Amino acid sequence: MSETADTVIRTMLDQTDGDIAAYLEACVHCGECAEACHFYLATQDPKYTPTYKLMPLVKAYKRHKAPLRSVKGMLGLLPAEVSEEELREWESLVYDSCTMCGRCTLVCPMGLDIAGTIRKMREGYSAAGIVPDGLRTARENVVKTGSPMGVTAKALKAQIARQEKETGLEIPLDKQGAEYLALFSSMEVMGYPEVIGAYARIFARAGIDWTISTEAYEATNIGVQIGDGPLARKLVARIVDAARKLGVRHVISPECGHAYGAIRWAGPNMLGETFPFEVIHIIELLDRLRAEGRLEIGEKDARRITLHDPCQIVRRGGLLKEPRRLLDDACADFVEMKGSGVTNLCCGGGGGVSANPRAEELKTQAFSCKKAQLDAIDGLKAVVVPCANCRGVFEDGLDALGGDYEVIGLSELVADTLKD
Amino acid sequence: MGLVEFIEGPAFWFALAVFVAGALWRFVGIIRIGHKPDLAPPKGSAGWGWIRGNLRHFFPRGLFAERTWMHVLGGYAFHLGLFAVMFFAAPHVDFIRERLIGVGWPALPRWGFIIAAEIAFAGLIVLWVRRFSDPVMRLISDWDDHVGSWLTFLVMLTGCLALERAHVSLRALHMGLVELWLIYFPFSRLMHAFTFMLSRGATGASYGRKGMTL
Repeated sequence: MSETADTVIRTMLDQTDGDIAAYLEACVHCGECAEACHFYLATQDPKYTPTYKLMPLVKAYKRHKAPLRSVKGMLGLLPAEVSEEELREWESLVYDSCTMCGRCTLVCPMGLDIAGTIRKMREGYSAAGIVPDGLRTARENVVKTGSPMGVTAKALKAQIARQEKETGLEIPLDKQGAEYLALFSSMEVMGYPEVIGAYARIFARAGIDWTISTEAYEATNIGVQIGDGPLARKLVARIVDAARKLGVRHVISPECGHAYGAIRWAGPNMLGETFPFEVIHIIELLDRLRAEGRLEIGEKDARRITLHDPCQIVRRGGLLKEPRRLLDDACADFVEMKGSGVTNLCCGGGGGVSANPRAEELKTQAFSCKKAQLDAIDGLKAVVVPCANCRGVFEDGLDALGGDYEVIGLSELVADTLKD
Repeated sequence: MGLVEFIEGPAFWFALAVFVAGALWRFVGIIRIGHKPDLAPPKGSAGWGWIRGNLRHFFPRGLFAERTWMHVLGGYAFHLGLFAVMFFAAPHVDFIRERLIGVGWPALPRWGFIIAAEIAFAGLIVLWVRRFSDPVMRLISDWDDHVGSWLTFLVMLTGCLALERAHVSLRALHMGLVELWLIYFPFSRLMHAFTFMLSRGATGASYGRKGMTL
C-alpha cells in the first residue's frame, strides 16, 4: 500500500466511530438514496448514488475495523485493500458530487447519515493532500488572511464604513463587554455587504448591544468543508478566543449554512469544551426578537415570495419554523415551494462544491432541479435564500439557466420591512 | 445417526449457536467502537430522537414515493410476508414450542400461510429483479446481496414444499437450508435485521439533539 493510501485509510478509520460503523454496516444497497440526490436526479448517472460514494471507506472498514473481520479473513471473504488509484478515482465523487446536504438520509430506510460519513472520508483525503484545487486555494487564503476569499480586516472595515454611511448608524467594532458578537461569511462581506447594514438597522431598532471583532469576523470554516480537522479546530478556536476576550454572552452565526453547523454543533466537540457563551443563528435571534415584540413590521413585501431552506440550517441545523414565522410577518404573499422544509432540495453548491471550479458544470446541472421548483410557482417574483453560499449559487444558476427571480437574504428582507 | 437426524439435531443447534454468537458479536462489536460525548448544548432529547428515528424510517415519505414506490412496495411485501411465515406458519409454531421455548401461539390457517408466502415471494422477486435490472442497483450490488437473496428464496421455496410435512426429505432439505441461512446471517448484509436499529438510532439521536423532528 502506498504512503498516500495508508494515510487516507488510517485517517478515515480513525474518524469511524460507532455511529459511522452502524451506517456502514446497515446499508442494504437498496439504491433509494439515488432518488434523493440532486446530482443523480439531474444527470441520471448511477455513479452519483450517495452510498456508492462511500465505497472506499466501506471496503477499508470491512477489512480493518469491522467486527468478525478475522473470521471472514480466514474464509477469504474480506474485500481487497483499497488502492491509491481507487481513492483518487473516488476523489471527485467525494468532493464534487456531494454537498453533504443529507437529503439521502430521509429516503434511506436505514436512516444512514451519508453526508456525515462523507465528511469523515474528506478527513482522510485532506490528511493525504488529495483535495480539489479550488478548495486548496481557499485553504491557502485562510492560512494567509483568515478568510477563504482573502477578506482582510482592512477590507472588512472598508465595507463597514460604507454601510455606516448608507444606514447612518454606527457599527461597533471590537466593543468590550458587548452582549452579542456578530460573525459574517466572506461571501456576505464582499458580495452582500448590505447584510451588515441590515444587522445595524435591526439591532438599533431592537436595542441589541452588539459588536464585530476585527480578529474573528469570518464564520466560514473551510476546514469543515475540506475535511481538515486541525484547520477547522483552529478557525473555531479563533472565534472562541475573540468572544472570550470581548466578554460577549452570545455569538451570532450568520446566514451561512455550514458555518452554523461548524460553530454551533461541531465546534464544542472540536475544542473539547462547552462554550461559555451561547451560539445563536441570526434567524433564531430574529425570531426571538419577533416573539418578544422587538421587531415591529411596517408595510409587508407585497411580491410573491418563496423560501429556499438551506440544508445545514434547516434539515441538519434544526431551524425549520423560525424563518417561516419571520416570513409570515414580512411577506404578504409567501408561498412554499414543493418539497420545502426538511426534504428541501439542495442548491447544488454546498459542502465546498461552489468553491471547486472543477465541479462548476455539475453544480449548474444540479441547480436545474432547484430551478424547476421555482418555475413551478405561478407568479413568483423573489426567493429568500438565508445562506450566502446558496445565494451565490442561486445567482450563478439563474444566470446560467435563465430565470427572472430576485434572490434576497432574510435579514435584509426583515430590515427592509421594519416599521419606519 | 442418519443424515436427516443429523440435520434436524446437532446441525441445527450448531447453526443456531453460530447465528446467536455471531450476531451478538457483530452487534456488540459495533456498539463497542463507541463515540465521544457530544459537548454542544442540546436543543432536544437524543434519547427520544433515537426512538423517533427508529420509528420514523418505517414509513416512507410521500415526496419520494413517486420515484421509489416499486422498491417500497416490494420491500414491505417481502418483509411482512416473511415475518408472517417465519413466526406464524403452523410447522414453525410447533417447532418453536416443541424444540425451542416450550410455548407457542396461534398459527396462520393454511390459506393465510399461502397468502403470506405469495406476498413474500412477490416482494422478494421484485427486489431481486430490480437488483439486476436497475442501473443504480447493478452498480452498487455485490455478491453478498445476491447470495442473501438466493439463500432466502431457497429457504422460502423449500419451506413451501415441506408445508405438508408428508416427506421427511423435503423437511430436511428445508432445515438444511435454514441452517445455512443461520450460519451465513451474521457474516452478511442479512444482519440489517438488527443493525437498522443502530443506524436509524444514531441519526435520530443527532436530529433529536438539534430539536428536529425527522
